[in-house]
Amino acid sequence: MNDISNVQIRDQKKRYAAGVLKYAQMGYWDGDYEPTDTDILAVFRITPQDGVDPIEAAAAVAGESSTATWTVVWTDRLTACDKYRAKAYRVDPVPNNEGQYFCYIAYDLSLFEEGSITNVTASIIGNVFSFKPLKAARLEDMRFPPAYVKTFAGPPTGIIVERERLDKFGRPLLGATTKPKLGLSGRNYGRVVYEGLKGGLDFMKDDENINSQPFMHWRDRFLFVMDAVNKASAATGEVKGSYLNITAGTMEEMYRRAEFAKELGSVIVMVDLVVGWTAIQSISHWCRQNDMILHMHRAGHGTYTRQKNHGVSFRVIAKWLRLAGVDHVHAGTAVGKLEGDPMTVQGYYNVCRQSYTPTDLPRGIFFDQDWVALRKVLPVASGGIHAGQMHQLLDLFGDDVILQFGGGTIGHPDGIQAGAVANRVALESMVLARNEGRNIAEEGPQILKDAAKHCGPLRAALDTWGEVTFNYQSTDTSDYTPMPSVA
Amino acid sequence: MRITQGTFSFLPDLTNEQITKQLQYCLDNGWAVGIEYTDDPHPRNTFWEMFGNPMFDLRDAAGILQEIEQARNTFPNHYIRVTAFDSTHTVESVVMSFIVNRPDHEPGFRLVRQEIDGRRMRYTIESYAVAAAAEGSRY
Repeated sequence: MNDISNVQIRDQKKRYAAGVLKYAQMGYWDGDYEPTDTDILAVFRITPQDGVDPIEAAAAVAGESSTATWTVVWTDRLTACDKYRAKAYRVDPVPNNEGQYFCYIAYDLSLFEEGSITNVTASIIGNVFSFKPLKAARLEDMRFPPAYVKTFAGPPTGIIVERERLDKFGRPLLGATTKPKLGLSGRNYGRVVYEGLKGGLDFMKDDENINSQPFMHWRDRFLFVMDAVNKASAATGEVKGSYLNITAGTMEEMYRRAEFAKELGSVIVMVDLVVGWTAIQSISHWCRQNDMILHMHRAGHGTYTRQKNHGVSFRVIAKWLRLAGVDHVHAGTAVGKLEGDPMTVQGYYNVCRQSYTPTDLPRGIFFDQDWVALRKVLPVASGGIHAGQMHQLLDLFGDDVILQFGGGTIGHPDGIQAGAVANRVALESMVLARNEGRNIAEEGPQILKDAAKHCGPLRAALDTWGEVTFNYQSTDTSDYTPMPSVA
Repeated sequence: MRITQGTFSFLPDLTNEQITKQLQYCLDNGWAVGIEYTDDPHPRNTFWEMFGNPMFDLRDAAGILQEIEQARNTFPNHYIRVTAFDSTHTVESVVMSFIVNRPDHEPGFRLVRQEIDGRRMRYTIESYAVAAAAEGSRY
């Protein structure tokens, strides 16, 4: 093939002659295409191999994520193939990243099965990421039309109903992960849960890799933890919970653990992201049937979300999770020990919590997304945060978030209860001050010091961690020009 | 014990000046404020009695504080809370709720354990005050 143009070949005889055509010539590039209201849209960041034309590379991504194979097949002509071909319709150089391009692709809705994130992922990220003409590819963002959103039930509980069930309003929720995450017996483990909850936390949490190990089988954990939860509830007059991790090797075993959690009266169960999309949707349906909050621990996501040039952005994972139906998802802290640029992290939070997420390039949001009243996911900030950062956390994330202080509770010099008290007092003081109209971003440290005057545990927490920060360069930041060109 | 329901229960009891600022925050957000009271503060007792309907049309924090004072005078030994409602689509629920009056002595709750099959336990939380006296004379 000597024709090097990117123009679709319209002559049907030439188009379907046996051999290899460029993807653009096969019809996977259409610079004039106007996406319809029912198209699913995706934007990829691609790094073509040296010498590969970006438009052809974009067309290849569209082709490999929809109907194409490497060569012409006559059987296309048995189908409404023009409709099924995804169309790359826009390619923009990535600002300040030579050799990288944002390519926008539109997919007809009939390419997808209703209510199946597994099907979406099999299509959109099925094999393009291994494609040789690309050095690297990253799925940056997606737009799901209301017609597709409405095929999903979404979060089984959602932020509003969760708050109503827990009777907790007007402030972030507080949690902590039980530590050490491995090795505690059921009895010792329950002790940590009781101390944290009685001290003032709303939730304790199993860690991602606590399943059913030799040192603590899952039934022992559930029994001791639920005794701790109920005892703490009686001690405080509040509804309390502990995310019981029901992640297991088979779906049957997950259901067994979920049923036991329900029998014991737990308000919440958790699974890890590594269980996979089908398992997530299945357990989400179970939670909906059983009035159970579903906590999602995003275990493993860093393997594909962190590097800017290759993988899948977490904002896409967050959108998939909201559709698939989880109630909580870990979405970053910005100020803690784990990766997260503040603006990018706020973008994830907006995806979880808004009823309509507008295009917001500084926060990495490429499309308007109407959630058509789909329930909202409560984001979780967890990992290396402490009471001394309360003003930053509240300022960045507002009320609808769970702040999880694991080390920042259990590592308190005066014990776990004292750690929990410190966090709760810091939180309530900061909410009170914000509502009074004070500028907490600036006055935060003073507000904490004042609150510590009537709270010894907070004073001790500030003395221990007040100065601890994790200032490292983020790897995952948004690339945009302040005035995006309308190409 | 001290029941720690509500947004600000870990802080010293709010002064009227502090309460007024929180009310103003609610009004500035366009929320309606209601006053509710109970002598059955079980964590799952959702429906405290309403001290009148939520004050949709009263947009003055001082006026709402007067209502709170009236509730306190009527029910000095009850729990009284201020609850703010947001009618925004996809919210349409309570967005803030904090206690503005509580009895001097809070006897707390008993955790009742019913041992059932295996090592399982059925848990119930029972208020000592509720168990000891009829409604209206518990605190």
